[in-house]
Amino acid sequence: MNLTLKIWRQSGSSDKGRMVTYRVEDVSPDMSFLEMLDVLNERLILEGDDPVAFDHDCREGICGMCGMVINGVAHGEQRATTTCQLHMRHFEDGAVITIEPWRAAPFPVIKDLVVDRSSFDRIIQAGGFVSVPAGSAPDAHAMPVPKEDADAAFDAATCIGCGACVAACPNGSASLFTAAKITHLGLLPQGQPERDSRARAMVEQMDAEGFGGCTNTGECTAVCPKGIPFDTIAQMNADYLRSASS
Amino acid sequence: MKFRRRTQQEQSTPPLTQPASQPGAYRTGEPIRDTKAPSGPVEDRWDTRRFQAKLVNPANKRKLTVIVVGTGLAGGSAAATLGELGYKVKSFCYQDSPRRAHSIAAQGGINAAKNYRGDGDSVYRLFYDTVKGGDFRARESNVYRLAQVSVNIIDQAVAQGVPFAREYGGLLDTRSFGGAQVSRTFYARGQTGQQLLLGAYQALERQIAAGTVEMHTRHEMLEIVVSGGRARGVVVRDMVTGEIETHLADAVVLATGGYGNVFFLSTNAKGCNTTAIWRAHKKGAYFGNPCFTQIHPTCIPVSGDYQSKLTLMSESLRNDGRVWVPLRKGDDRAPADIPEDERDYYLERIYPAFGNLVPRDIASRAAKNVCDEGRGVGPGGLGVYLDFADAIARLGRDAVEKKYGNLFEMYERITGENPYEVPMRIYPAVHYTMGGLWVDYDLQSTIPGLFVIGEANFSDHGANRLGASALMQGLADGYFVLPTTIGDYLAGAGAFGPVEEDDVAEARTAVQDKIDRLLAVNGTRTADSYHRELGRIMWDYCGMERTEESLRKALERIPELREEFWNNVKVPGDAEGLNQALERAGRVADFFELAELMCVDALHRTESCGGHFRAESQDADGEALRDDENFAYVAAWEWTPDGPVLHKEELDYEYVKMTQRSYK
Ligand SMILES: Cc1cc2nc3c(=O)[nH]c(=O)nc-3n(C[C@H](O)[C@H](O)[C@H](O)COP(=O)(O)OP(=O)(O)OC[C@H]3O[C@@H](n4cnc5c(N)ncnc54)[C@H](O)[C@@H]3O)c2cc1C
Ligand code: SF4
Ligand code: FES
Repeated sequence: MNLTLKIWRQSGSSDKGRMVTYRVEDVSPDMSFLEMLDVLNERLILEGDDPVAFDHDCREGICGMCGMVINGVAHGEQRATTTCQLHMRHFEDGAVITIEPWRAAPFPVIKDLVVDRSSFDRIIQAGGFVSVPAGSAPDAHAMPVPKEDADAAFDAATCIGCGACVAACPNGSASLFTAAKITHLGLLPQGQPERDSRARAMVEQMDAEGFGGCTNTGECTAVCPKGIPFDTIAQMNADYLRSASS
Repeated sequence: MKFRRRTQQEQSTPPLTQPASQPGAYRTGEPIRDTKAPSGPVEDRWDTRRFQAKLVNPANKRKLTVIVVGTGLAGGSAAATLGELGYKVKSFCYQDSPRRAHSIAAQGGINAAKNYRGDGDSVYRLFYDTVKGGDFRARESNVYRLAQVSVNIIDQAVAQGVPFAREYGGLLDTRSFGGAQVSRTFYARGQTGQQLLLGAYQALERQIAAGTVEMHTRHEMLEIVVSGGRARGVVVRDMVTGEIETHLADAVVLATGGYGNVFFLSTNAKGCNTTAIWRAHKKGAYFGNPCFTQIHPTCIPVSGDYQSKLTLMSESLRNDGRVWVPLRKGDDRAPADIPEDERDYYLERIYPAFGNLVPRDIASRAAKNVCDEGRGVGPGGLGVYLDFADAIARLGRDAVEKKYGNLFEMYERITGENPYEVPMRIYPAVHYTMGGLWVDYDLQSTIPGLFVIGEANFSDHGANRLGASALMQGLADGYFVLPTTIGDYLAGAGAFGPVEEDDVAEARTAVQDKIDRLLAVNGTRTADSYHRELGRIMWDYCGMERTEESLRKALERIPELREEFWNNVKVPGDAEGLNQALERAGRVADFFELAELMCVDALHRTESCGGHFRAESQDADGEALRDDENFAYVAAWEWTPDGPVLHKEELDYEYVKMTQRSYK
């Protein structure tokens, strides 16, 4: 396949950035999207150009490091798929593909497609944990957990912290990410003692980082590669309101 | 931290010569006699050590700084725990968040001797299975401790909110994994590593918020600072600004993971590297059993030259899938057109008792053999079929989908083929490295004050790691073992003295020189293309099957290619700011040196054991033949400018009787 790529190039945080067009030829449909970019980068290096910077690590959809807005959609059009899991067979020969970084004020661009997502870590720092120092835990069977609760907690816990939800949201809200953690820990007995303080602190941190508010557009769940349920946000709001009134 | 200038006499001359020119040559040094494990009954040793370990006064902990490089299961849990104990911790990782360490990708589960099933499991049995599974090349003392501590890990993780799979009664579910006869593997669907790592990550973030841990993401460690004979700091590069920074401390912990990416293609994350441990090796830390590599039999095969990594398919697929290749060489008919009697279900044929369920190393080697015979399938003939047609006929498609649906989907996503209709194609891939920096019972390397935990050390898995044991070891090291043993070392910190300015300067100069050299070459090939070629050499000559001839060939080719790399690599851009090509080139340079040591180790160990198969050492049936008489030792390699020096740590088996494995 032959493709035309329009890629966001920005040399650093002080550069304004622009779209640059590249042609890539002889792309195999079995390549992954990132392998296609590898091929482009190898060529750019040999031609003496600056290769396109992008984040990635596991390349199997679990570390949450990769992320690009492809043809206007965070992680591309294939549902429940991270950028690294996307394969070229889903594109037409001759296609024009635009590739941009996550765009949101709390995710400043570092270079090209690489953004700074440390605001997510700070939201977790605010309360996304159970306070249990190593060695102080009771026997694991001391507290049974109903299977439904454990399964629902697991569903929320699969968030990979990629940030696609923020990139897709017209308000740049981090509600889905924050709600996933609040729901995961809030559903388990181990998470109860800190449930109220956790919800309050995490929501306040999310606001302090400059993420927007949630207006229920649902764009986040549509692009979320792990299908984090939208109703986690309702759970977060309920916990937050309860904590504020207590 | 105070500096003191070194006097002229004290300055050591930096090594100038390259390793010895004779391929495979090495010298033998003093054996290692004391691993610091306490004596006495194996079940009491860890208690004894804990009791004997000196304690650090709580008020003093605040004044002691510990650097932890790596935030995977081992490093994340260690940094969090040291922070909880009150030490000042500095933590580093190369990703943009500690949550993304490669541990996140572990699928299957974590072992623990909880015996919640009452099926006869015990600490002793887990100990026994692990020593035997490691093909008698691991230490009894360490493995026993690992089995003991395993139960605390599950308690800790559950208390943190790790959502392990549960049964309807609300209790934890377990499964049997990797051929174990008891059900002791705890899991969180196919994402156990992710959930355990998030538990450790959250504990770490809690300590960052509390101010005990200072986190440095997007920082790559490039050199270690050794001063006064002790590890006292690291030199790192800020990957965003390009700045070279020095961080000093009272002790350094390396938790930087495995080096499987020396093969270029592996199931590891793209950034996994050997740089941190290799730099420490060159500064005096011995490297234990570098050639012990685990090759996993069920991975998705390579599809083309552009392939950047390989993806593991859970081993559980072998419970219902049947492995076969065409009987006839070069038979390129579609699988459905090959009649039953023209297929070779080779595992069932060769190993009638275990069939498709033989251990990882055996299944991997058998696949290689049939492909070498020209009977492999798919692109390049490097694949075998894993066929579910019988299972679908027997159990129905729904039942198969319930069990393996997500794996089938993953396979289809990558290959574009529907495994319900055409058999899967699988091929072995590099997955884990049992070798790593040599450590004693306290997890301390041969550089005092340098501790090594997780996959980065060589410790507990001998020549073959059992499934679901790496997660256990990483967390045992990080939550429970290291926090105790490092205290014993740090209790003496008062006498460490200041860090020599020259030692810092030397480390920084080494880093700067390497970067400058890489950028200056301006040749005609990319670092990736060299890495790919190096990986190919390692896979062909130091992979699933090794011979004296193949290893000698590798030992000729690697230095040649390394030489070419240093004269012809092209690294674009400069050292300022984000430069991913520069990062990669630096890692490849270190892989080149490690690769050579791996081949030396593989060449010297003329026996077969675990994942290390020397074709010269096999029994009449073609199975691996250990040589306990001559090789029941850990090979701990010292780096010197004149080539590697071998130090042997003899292994004694007081509890588990040494036997030869058989799966016929
Ligand atoms: C696909 C796959 C599936 C697996 N499944 C299982 C399983 O089911 N059960 C099991 O027990 N084991 C499994 N394993 C093995 C297990 O996951 C690993 O051995 C283990 O997670 C390693 O943990 P670690 O903490 O030692 O290192 P890692 O998790 O690899 O962490 C390394 C850390 O070091 C940092 N680092 C590395 N180099 C540098 C540097 N130079 N400078 C700064 N930081 C650096 C990284 O940023 C990272 O934070 C699996 C492995 C793979 C590849
Ligand atoms: S909620 Fe979904 S989209 Fe958002 S960070 Fe988590 S996995 Fe990514
Ligand atoms: S690279 Fe890890 S999720 Fe894409």
